[in-house]
Amino acid sequence: MMVLVSYDVAVSETGGQARLRKVARTCENYGQRVQFSVFECLVDPAEWAVLKAKLVDAINPEQDSLRFYYLGANWERRVEHVGAKPAINPEGPLVI
Amino acid sequence: MKRLLNTLFVTTQGAYLSKDGETVAVSVDGERRLRVPVHTLDGVVCFGNVLASPFLLGMCAERDVAVSFLSENGRFLARVAGPVSGNVLLRREQFRRADNGGACLEIARAMLAGKLCNCRTVLRRSARDHPETAQAVEAAADGLGGLLRRLETTDDLEAMRGVEGDAAHRYFGAFDHMILADKEAFRFEGRNRRPPLDRMNCLLSFLYTLLAHDVRSALESVGLDCQVGFLHRDRPGRPGLALDLMEEFRPIIADRLALSLVNKRQVKASGFTVSESGAVTMDDETRKAVLVAYQERKREEIVHPFLKERVALGMLFFAQALLLARHLRGDLDGYPPFLWR
Repeated sequence: MMVLVSYDVAVSETGGQARLRKVARTCENYGQRVQFSVFECLVDPAEWAVLKAKLVDAINPEQDSLRFYYLGANWERRVEHVGAKPAINPEGPLVI
Repeated sequence: MKRLLNTLFVTTQGAYLSKDGETVAVSVDGERRLRVPVHTLDGVVCFGNVLASPFLLGMCAERDVAVSFLSENGRFLARVAGPVSGNVLLRREQFRRADNGGACLEIARAMLAGKLCNCRTVLRRSARDHPETAQAVEAAADGLGGLLRRLETTDDLEAMRGVEGDAAHRYFGAFDHMILADKEAFRFEGRNRRPPLDRMNCLLSFLYTLLAHDVRSALESVGLDCQVGFLHRDRPGRPGLALDLMEEFRPIIADRLALSLVNKRQVKASGFTVSESGAVTMDDETRKAVLVAYQERKREEIVHPFLKERVALGMLFFAQALLLARHLRGDLDGYPPFLWR
């Protein structure tokens, strides 16, 4: 399934930079950065449970927030891209 | 059931693959071109001069991602094997059966029956869709039917290989009739390889290499040893079991894809170069078109006739490897080959 992860980390607070880096790193390991602080992650339910736990652990719930949008298995028709930096389809042919 | 994962094909010369966190990063000339999380991949296939860092290879081996290196033209060079994993008891049973003539014979018979049936279906489909060449193609299909009956009564591995040879002769004898577009350039007179001497053989050899990569990684992911085969004899470096299991997939995946690429004019005669020695090679663009077509083919879904479950074509290798493992464990009385309808 495809999950869209977006986050908002308060970088002005102490330790904010470190938390931001940690959240971004975790997302990068599981998905593709489609915009600043927006990631598309193609995961199965088990991987999602791990990813979610890692993200929830990484933030400070007092100041930061996470939003998850569940796009399901038929996500391709739910996503449209306009403009620069088009994303690659992680399920499509990958030829470099 | 396992999910069908993607395969990363790297055809850009001088590309460098490295590990970045849990992702595979591809850079060309020092510039980052792509970053893919490793859990979405089940294979990496590198063509020609592609470099990979040892840490990446280590991560791929640990995560069961099969990494193969091929020459620019698709000839197999090497693959990366990690520490041996899987169930040693299953592998031992596989070796025992491979040494036992009778057990070997039954598995080989099932696999060959699968191959012959699927070859016949390919022929019958072509005959149905294209009445103008139906006569010759039907005759070959009937010939395969006769060989299938002979296969049932054969009780000697050598004789079985003879039946396979006859079948290949009949099947490839009718192959030219199934090529309908650009007959001049894609004339097919018989199988030849190393090097392929015509365009069709070039296409087939390339697809067989891709198929072998996928089948091998499927076998390893269920814990079987891809080198110890039942039909193919052991030879150093030869993936005997992968070649065995490939037999039933050759006609339905590789041959039919090659035919439809040519018949729908998705590959053109000008996309191949003939060298002075007669060897035929594909150009980069054609190779990419074939890779994309192969990947898309693997995503098509069918209902598995034995498991009665919807699976992507690319998952068939895994499903069949699993059924073979179940047979070796004694959970299934025989190996049920994949029969395409």
